[in-house]
Amino acid sequence: MSATHFINARIVDPEQDDTITGSLLVQDGRIVAIDPAQIPRTAETLDCGGNYLAPGLVDIGVKIGEPGERHKESFKTAGLAAAAGGVTTVVTRADTTPAVDTPETLNFVRRRAQEVTPVRVVPMAALTKGRGGREMTEIGFLRDAGAVAFSDGDRVVQDPKVFARCLTYAKGLGALVIAHVQDPGLSAGAAVTSGKFATLRGLPAVSPMAERMGLERDLALVEMTGVRYHADQISTALALAPLKRAKASGLDVTAGASIHHLTLNGLDVGDYRTFFKVKPPLRDEDDRIAMVEAVASGLIDIICSMHTPQDEESKRLPFEDAASGAVGLETLLPAALRLYHADALSLPQLFRAMALNPARRLGLESGRLTPGAPADLVLFNPDTPFVLDRTTLRSKSKNTPFDGARMQGKVLGTWVGGSRVFPTLLA
Amino acid sequence: MPFRARHLLGIEHLGPDEIVTLLDLADRYVDLNRGDVKHGRALEGLTQINMFFENSTRTQASFELAGKRLGADVMNMAMAHSSVKKGETLIDTALTLNAMHPDLLVVRHPSSGAVDLLSQKVNCAVLNAGDGRHEHPTQALLDALTIRRAKGRLHRLSIAICGDIAHSRVARSNILLLGKMENRVRLVGPATLMPNQVRDLGVEVYDDMRAGISGCDVVMMLRLQKERMDGGFIPSEREYYHRYGLDAEKLAHAKPDAIVMHPGPMNRGVEIDGLLADDINRSVIQDQVEMGVAVRMAAMDLLARNRPRPSEAGVMV
Repeated sequence: MSATHFINARIVDPEQDDTITGSLLVQDGRIVAIDPAQIPRTAETLDCGGNYLAPGLVDIGVKIGEPGERHKESFKTAGLAAAAGGVTTVVTRADTTPAVDTPETLNFVRRRAQEVTPVRVVPMAALTKGRGGREMTEIGFLRDAGAVAFSDGDRVVQDPKVFARCLTYAKGLGALVIAHVQDPGLSAGAAVTSGKFATLRGLPAVSPMAERMGLERDLALVEMTGVRYHADQISTALALAPLKRAKASGLDVTAGASIHHLTLNGLDVGDYRTFFKVKPPLRDEDDRIAMVEAVASGLIDIICSMHTPQDEESKRLPFEDAASGAVGLETLLPAALRLYHADALSLPQLFRAMALNPARRLGLESGRLTPGAPADLVLFNPDTPFVLDRTTLRSKSKNTPFDGARMQGKVLGTWVGGSRVFPTLLA
Repeated sequence: MPFRARHLLGIEHLGPDEIVTLLDLADRYVDLNRGDVKHGRALEGLTQINMFFENSTRTQASFELAGKRLGADVMNMAMAHSSVKKGETLIDTALTLNAMHPDLLVVRHPSSGAVDLLSQKVNCAVLNAGDGRHEHPTQALLDALTIRRAKGRLHRLSIAICGDIAHSRVARSNILLLGKMENRVRLVGPATLMPNQVRDLGVEVYDDMRAGISGCDVVMMLRLQKERMDGGFIPSEREYYHRYGLDAEKLAHAKPDAIVMHPGPMNRGVEIDGLLADDINRSVIQDQVEMGVAVRMAAMDLLARNRPRPSEAGVMV
């Protein structure tokens, strides 16, 4: 029986509205109580020094380069980055090479993760074979093998008939479907959001309307099938009205936003900086503000990093030709704390969006501090200032838009199931 | 008058004073080019490399002649057929060239921003000869010189730019330059060929050609790319010519002394009537070609003066 008593902590309980100063008892990898009445004699005491203790982050939609692109990111490097970033559960995407579309590939992912990753890894599986949008995967077998959700990543299942059948079948199994909401025709070839900046830079652009069109189509099919549905990334104010309507009408719908769309806008691309090329593209400042407000109101349920490692060769190209995506495991928390320091979101609101809500949506028992929950914890100081140097990131790929940025907030320790995974004693 | 720029990547980065400095020098080079001995020494001993990742005859010839007239050693690289096709990246190509110690690098590339990217990796001055739909600064400068010489000034003029604005780097550079010099810029064309929210750039937008060029001092036509003619952006070539092709009847709505410009190569009978293009009383299209050489001489001369000296090169990355 091992027990740890975290004392002198500011506890961020996402199920409460405020932080409290107190202690937290952990025993056998699980949370026993906040401010426990009795402390086991053998319990080790850990003085948090007045820093903040919160449930570890649950990051939905992390791309790891295994199988297929291990030169960009491996389970080992992603695990180190996650631990250093306070992410205790990594929910992996299926858009690998080959895609995670069979139980065999899924088992490979689980085995590799178990061997080398210090944090929890729960995999998603593809919705259609090869993410090709034609035939559904073995949703039942994949769910039995441990897939927590089904998604073709950033590919839209274009044929409504195919998509409707996938949703109907998934509904029968109670499976969660995660979709990328973009009208594929309108957004084809686009590198930035349309507007004055796109015109000045001469870059191919997509109207924000493409996101609303994608969402509205999906919501119609959700209404038809009754499936459990999550929109991976909402990034425009235009899409919020249909989302609100769908939720009000009782559909089982949730939505996410990437941290990059909550903290950056389209002008950050500047003189063709490809580390700011993400999918969907960064939006106007008005959209960013609307998205932050939607997180505050709970309309947007989940914040994720949309961690997408890309090597230098994929990014050191003309903007149109450069690959999309940014790494985010290690910067998710400090970037999110920008919203806290800007008085836009409280710490409990942030941890609802980054821990409690994603865990609930996926049926995981982590992401909360209730007695009996796994002791997945992050200890951090929200105020520590630093300038991010991308070369220090633990991810194999260093494509962060925050290189050289002033940030606030440092992770001091990360625990998974009561065991410390960051900083490790040897490292 | 100062000229501070290290590279000529776009009009966006130039100040009005720099534009005037460059045009004044170009005026002097027009005189040189019209003289008996067409030779200067401003670029003597310097190496100029023309890298064209997109096929071009006219712009490349203009840059080549400009360099040779000022005494530079000029090398042309037709990149559209070279090792880039074999998978060498733009950056590798740039580093390879950099090792040859050029002083001036003239680049055309089909992707917007590619010339910016390249300029970050080399030690020499880089001139943008057109990148994607982004900018074509020497074209805007030669247009400005043509207008200034024909109209006697480059401010408070009404200038209509007509045609495929959305896909045109020439239009973007001209909108920026003419705006900086405080002219009234109108864009004329079907909405499908108009960039998004282009009004934010401080221009007026017209769908109707006659209204758009009404009372203008300058009518600037753009080339309509063949691949955009059939159904995608406009219904047909003949409907386009009917609504937006410049002929004597439509031109009558502009000022009586309005000049007609075209960056070339022209599609006669698509965006401009053939007879009008050849009318020496209205068309300044041949002057534009002449001004092109002079403006490129001036641009390379000024950049060569600002180039890092060998003693400073060590500090650069």
